[in-house]
Amino acid sequence: MSKCSYTLPIGPVHPALKEPTMFKFVMDGEIVKEVDVQPGVNHRGIEFIGMRRNPLQVLHLAERICGICSIVHQYAFTMASEKAAGINDIPERAQYIRTIMAELERIHSHVLWAGVAAHELGFDTLLHWTWKLREDVQDVLEYISGNRVNYAMYYQGGVRRDISPEKIPRIKEMISAYRREFQKLADAFLEDPLFKHRTVNVGVLTKKDALETSAVGPTTRGSGVPKDVRVDQPYGGYADLDLKPCLPEQMGYPNTGDTYAKTVVRILEVGQSLDIIEFCLDNMPPGPIRWEMNVNKVLMHMKKAGGEAIGMTEAPRGEMIHYVRLDPGDENVSAWKVRASTYNNIIAWQKMLVGAQIADVAIVAASIDPCIGCMDRVTVVDGETGKEGVMTKEDFYRLSVRKTRRLRRMKGKPSGGGW
Amino acid sequence: MKLNKNFDRALWAFHVNTGSCNGCDIEIVAALTPRYDVERFGIKLVGSPRHADVLIMAGPVTRAMAPRIKRIYNQTPDPKVVLVVGNCGNTTGVYYESYNILGPIDHFLKQIDPDVKIVHIPGCPPRPEAIIEGAAKAWLVLEELRGEA
Repeated sequence: MSKCSYTLPIGPVHPALKEPTMFKFVMDGEIVKEVDVQPGVNHRGIEFIGMRRNPLQVLHLAERICGICSIVHQYAFTMASEKAAGINDIPERAQYIRTIMAELERIHSHVLWAGVAAHELGFDTLLHWTWKLREDVQDVLEYISGNRVNYAMYYQGGVRRDISPEKIPRIKEMISAYRREFQKLADAFLEDPLFKHRTVNVGVLTKKDALETSAVGPTTRGSGVPKDVRVDQPYGGYADLDLKPCLPEQMGYPNTGDTYAKTVVRILEVGQSLDIIEFCLDNMPPGPIRWEMNVNKVLMHMKKAGGEAIGMTEAPRGEMIHYVRLDPGDENVSAWKVRASTYNNIIAWQKMLVGAQIADVAIVAASIDPCIGCMDRVTVVDGETGKEGVMTKEDFYRLSVRKTRRLRRMKGKPSGGGW
Repeated sequence: MKLNKNFDRALWAFHVNTGSCNGCDIEIVAALTPRYDVERFGIKLVGSPRHADVLIMAGPVTRAMAPRIKRIYNQTPDPKVVLVVGNCGNTTGVYYESYNILGPIDHFLKQIDPDVKIVHIPGCPPRPEAIIEGAAKAWLVLEELRGEA
């Protein structure tokens, strides 16, 4: 390491994760040499609170672990507590409604991510355009559940609200609107020369590293690891579908594991989600939506039951696990452990960020789909002179935007690889 | 040159996440983007509390964030208004039993400034329309503070 290396702490607030993160970078000039991740600032003690409430109350807590992927937390908790309590005959219709909701959320999350990624590169036009597109799916989520975020759709034994036949045309309208816009979305990101410059060979996670760090979701699929809970261990309505994990090679791009490959995966998955929702709407079986209509009876059943189980779902960010234990006679959840997908992916950060430039930190960190929005401030300590300066999120953003402008000026010239 | 009234109304906001689940945060951004588009009034998010007229705070206050929100509040120039978005920031919401949640946001702000002006926006999360209504109330409060009302 050269003499002029310095430490660059980022954070601590990092709001997208269950455990928000503080980074410490050891820098050599512009290049990141070492990365250390220190989570814990946004710790709300949710598992502790959950063990003081009964399973039906915990549902509302589970969906407030994360506001963006709230459905999948609720889904995983519902599955785990159903298995633990021995509730096995969930109506088919409820399974399909659960699948539709989870896929609607995946669309909203991926489109949101695309906007954030564009913002990190300084393409605010694209941010506004993708978020405008996202409002369509938000409208449908609100139409079905009554709320734009935190939908409260699932509970042990079924779902709370039906998707009745008269609601289906409205959802199909959204699907066809997205299909019309889909190619535009793909072109806006994948064909843009500047987006390519900023993402190709940036933040590379090789297949070997992806397997070693147990990365999940689009982060690992971008590296060519065909890992997807919906395919490997199908749950809900996914068992009836012929799904394949989305890999960048399906769009003719090699599975390099760079930020561009991860973007390709997410765009492919938006299309896949549209197909899944359409299939589920067309093939939705008739019948009840709940195993037991009386909520008190469900609660009594859970109180008497004992057992432990794991619920796994494929969140927009990757595999998510909830572990639940219920003791007979104890009304509350006796043990609850959540392993969210970003917990795996922040370990992959280490592999992706080493060797990156400071200006690329924003987009590489965003490539695993956390929210980098609250990078409070950054202290730059020059190792040689001991000089201290403060970098804000604004400075980071400015560095990133400046790099985009520099590339725009050099557009057309052959890539020197040194940017 | 005397700045006109419209300049005052172009609120610059700094967004602080005090331990929120991200639900309110995406609705704040949704309020800024084309469907709701508060940027047409000149309201925008800025990167530093020193540039801000309004602090938008969301989430219950975690142990690690408590000293930080006080620092951020002190860094914001007067006159200022705090917009507390969401049930958690107003009452701690579903997390009320937690060992690591110290209380709602106003509890901490009143410790350092008893006259703090807070606009409460309840909801889990509040709709973007509610956030816009809160911003309109923040204008009124700021006008009052400047002695224009």
